[in-house]
Amino acid sequence: MLAKRIIPCLDIDDNRVKKGVNFVNLEDVGDPAKIAAEYERQGADELVFLDITATNQKRSTMIDVVENVSRQVFMPLTVGGGIKNLDDMQKLLKAGADKISLNSAAVANPSLIQAGAKKFGNQCIVVAIDVKKNQNNGQKLVYTHGGKQATKLNAIEWAKKVVDLGAGELLITSMDKDGTKSGFDIELYQEIGATVDVPIIASGGAGNIEDFVQVFKEAPVDGALAASVFHFGELTIPQVKRRLELAGVNVR
Amino acid sequence: MITLVDYDAGNTYNLQKAFAYLNVKTNLTDDPEEILASEAIVLPGVGAFQSAMKILKAKKLDTTLQKAAEKGIPLLGICLGMQLLFDTSSEYGMTEGLHLIPGDVIELPEKKGFKVPQMGWNQNKLLQPNSEFAMLADKYTYFVHSYYAECESKYVVSEVEYSANVPAVVQNKNVFGMQFHPEKSGHVGLEVLKAFKERIVFK
Repeated sequence: MLAKRIIPCLDIDDNRVKKGVNFVNLEDVGDPAKIAAEYERQGADELVFLDITATNQKRSTMIDVVENVSRQVFMPLTVGGGIKNLDDMQKLLKAGADKISLNSAAVANPSLIQAGAKKFGNQCIVVAIDVKKNQNNGQKLVYTHGGKQATKLNAIEWAKKVVDLGAGELLITSMDKDGTKSGFDIELYQEIGATVDVPIIASGGAGNIEDFVQVFKEAPVDGALAASVFHFGELTIPQVKRRLELAGVNVR
Repeated sequence: MITLVDYDAGNTYNLQKAFAYLNVKTNLTDDPEEILASEAIVLPGVGAFQSAMKILKAKKLDTTLQKAAEKGIPLLGICLGMQLLFDTSSEYGMTEGLHLIPGDVIELPEKKGFKVPQMGWNQNKLLQPNSEFAMLADKYTYFVHSYYAECESKYVVSEVEYSANVPAVVQNKNVFGMQFHPEKSGHVGLEVLKAFKERIVFK
């Protein structure tokens, strides 16, 4: 049986790993290759690298980061942030990425999803969706540009659309939960899981070990992504996996 | 020297990096003479069967690989490279493969709860305990594929459970195939590549 995935996320800014609390305040936690190797040792199933400043500022050196990490760490790598065209995707895949994550660019230019899936295969194309609830009407809306810009897109409808266009996986971040450490947005994943049939990675809100149990037990997700709980050593991946195993969740 | 067959296959660079990490020199080439003179051949591959076969044929690498296998050179196909070793594939219409392992490549069956492609870590069940790859017993390796090889169990070294029993490692004499990506399967994957080098190629 396929194992549920535990995925640390490395937010990269100018060659360094950072973790933004609610995407705004940045705190330095170090060197990408060293952190990636440590996570491989711990038993992470995959790593996500997000170039968090690339959309708003000039493109950073993600290709070098990926090239360097993939010489030392032999596990699936997903790269996102600031990817605008097929040429960007090709360069990152050649540098050692396995999957490309599109966010703002997919909203601005949905045909990029289709073009990427056609050229590199659906399994290569992840669409990342940042979701925030409108406090007045309860509508779940898609945000872009690192969560700074609201769109009019309904998150559930957008998820369905990107899968129809060829996205092979969805990385769904609940902005309401991100940085709060109050648990994953279970309802959001249940709703999206009932709509699409590609793997879903849950992101935003992991604070303690029971949050991982809850998201895998109660929502149809294939992986759970977290950053600060792992980066600051509040939880280790072996701890999380042992707990999941006890709860009857299949892990590696 | 271990030759990596160069035909724009996708995962070539990551395989090269994994071998480099293990201090194994590899030669990336599409030259039939170099391939036939090598000590072992690795056939990578990501993408669709039909277009991959077309490129191999255009470069006359189909007959080269068949000759190499006949000469007894260890040949390892990885992911799509493994699927190409079989007789046929039904991906985008029936296409003939390299006929180096008897069997056919077909789509993973649709079954509730099993998404296609299979993407992620799955647990190997070892069927041949005397295999050079016996270290795979109960270990998880990383898979990304929508089609799988259907073949007689005598060719299956290990398999994983999905919407079908999916052969993970296959062998027919000196011809080996891996459906998973050893270059993306962490420590276990590196062990597998090391075993290929130490127990099969330079034993």
